[in-house]
Amino acid sequence: MDLTLYVWRQNGPEDKGKLEQYEAKNVSPDSSFLEMLDEVNEELIHSGIEPIEFDNDCREGICGTCGCVVNGIPHGPQEKTTACQLHMRQFSDGDSLTLEPWRAKAFPVIKDLAVDRTALDNIIQAGGYTSAYTGEVGEANQTLISKPNADYAMDAAECIGCGACVAACPNGSAMLFTSAKIAQMAVLPQGEIEAAERVNNMTEAMLNAGFGNCTNHYECEAACPKGVSVKFIAKTNREYVKALAK
Amino acid sequence: MQMLQSSIGRKLVMAVTGLCLVGFIIVHLLGNSSIFIGADGINAYAEHLHALGPIVWIFRIVLLTIFGLHIFFGIQLTLENRAARPIDYNQKKNIRTSFGAETMIYTGLAILAFAVYHLFHFTMHLTNPEISVGALPLDALGRNDVFTMMVLSFQKFFISLIYMGAMVTLLLHLSHGVQSLFQTLGLLSSNTLPTMEKIGRAAAIVVFVGFVSIPVSILLGLIKV
Repeated sequence: MDLTLYVWRQNGPEDKGKLEQYEAKNVSPDSSFLEMLDEVNEELIHSGIEPIEFDNDCREGICGTCGCVVNGIPHGPQEKTTACQLHMRQFSDGDSLTLEPWRAKAFPVIKDLAVDRTALDNIIQAGGYTSAYTGEVGEANQTLISKPNADYAMDAAECIGCGACVAACPNGSAMLFTSAKIAQMAVLPQGEIEAAERVNNMTEAMLNAGFGNCTNHYECEAACPKGVSVKFIAKTNREYVKALAK
Repeated sequence: MQMLQSSIGRKLVMAVTGLCLVGFIIVHLLGNSSIFIGADGINAYAEHLHALGPIVWIFRIVLLTIFGLHIFFGIQLTLENRAARPIDYNQKKNIRTSFGAETMIYTGLAILAFAVYHLFHFTMHLTNPEISVGALPLDALGRNDVFTMMVLSFQKFFISLIYMGAMVTLLLHLSHGVQSLFQTLGLLSSNTLPTMEKIGRAAAIVVFVGFVSIPVSILLGLIKV
């Protein structure tokens, strides 16, 4: 299949950037989206054009490194799929694809489609530590965690920190990411002691990084490659109210 | 005070004030619907309200504060949210959100403009003094004739149009606002969120139909002097 690509090219954070048109010829429908970009880059290198810069690492859909906005949707049109797990069979011969980086003040463009997501790390850092018993190994059933709570925490922990929620949010908010990180600790006994500080510090770090505020559009959940639910945002709001009372 | 600088804290203010305003709207709608009983209904209602004296003023000040907070933080949060994406997408496809959610700031500002006009019209009698209670004779029981004022006003098509247009913006605002406030208050789960979205939209439609039924009934001649 043949595709027309409109790719955001930007030389660095200060560069203005613009969309450039490229042709992707003879693309196999079985190739992944990133493999298609690899092939386009080969062609670009041959014709003396600088290849398109894009982030990627595991290419197994688990690391959260890849991702760009494809035709207006982070990670492309397939639900609950990272860009590396998106396959070209999702598109048709002759399609035009517009590729843009995650757009948010807190995510400065490094180059082309690659953005700096340090702001997400800073939010996690603001979460601080959890108090843990040290010393001898405890009894196996010393700290009981119910199955529903364990599942809940695991669902929140599915977040791979790719930043698609920010990219999809009309407000450029990182609320789903931040909430997932808060909620995964909030229902576990290990996370209880610092719960109040955690929610205050992490949401403050989110705001200070230049992310917007959640207004419940739920675009984040729709774009999340792991289907992280906005129920964690409600949970975070509850945690915040609990922290107010302290 | 820390709360009023935080992201969630200010959203909680939006949610709580929003809930109060929804409550006010429902009470206002119930009061207004006394017009369907006739002049006796709404004139008596207005008379009772005014008889409350200082309580009316306390209520007005509280309501004004709530409205003010809702507007202030609404604008502040919207400006921050816009600043969070200084360079927009060339192409952006929204999957989940609604037209009501995307236009909250515009419908909000339209409701503010309408509220000012509404006060000028029916409370201060500035926009149409010739058909306002001050210029109209008292009713048979010596009360302000709110009924005749409303009927004569809404018989003017242009005035009815302003009110009905404003109710469309309120419909849009509530269609997102009601479910949104419950989510912000942390009261929803994955199970209850879709239901609350439906309840929110249904409530918005009920409020819309309720308010619009008054000018429509008057325009159709179902209610007349």
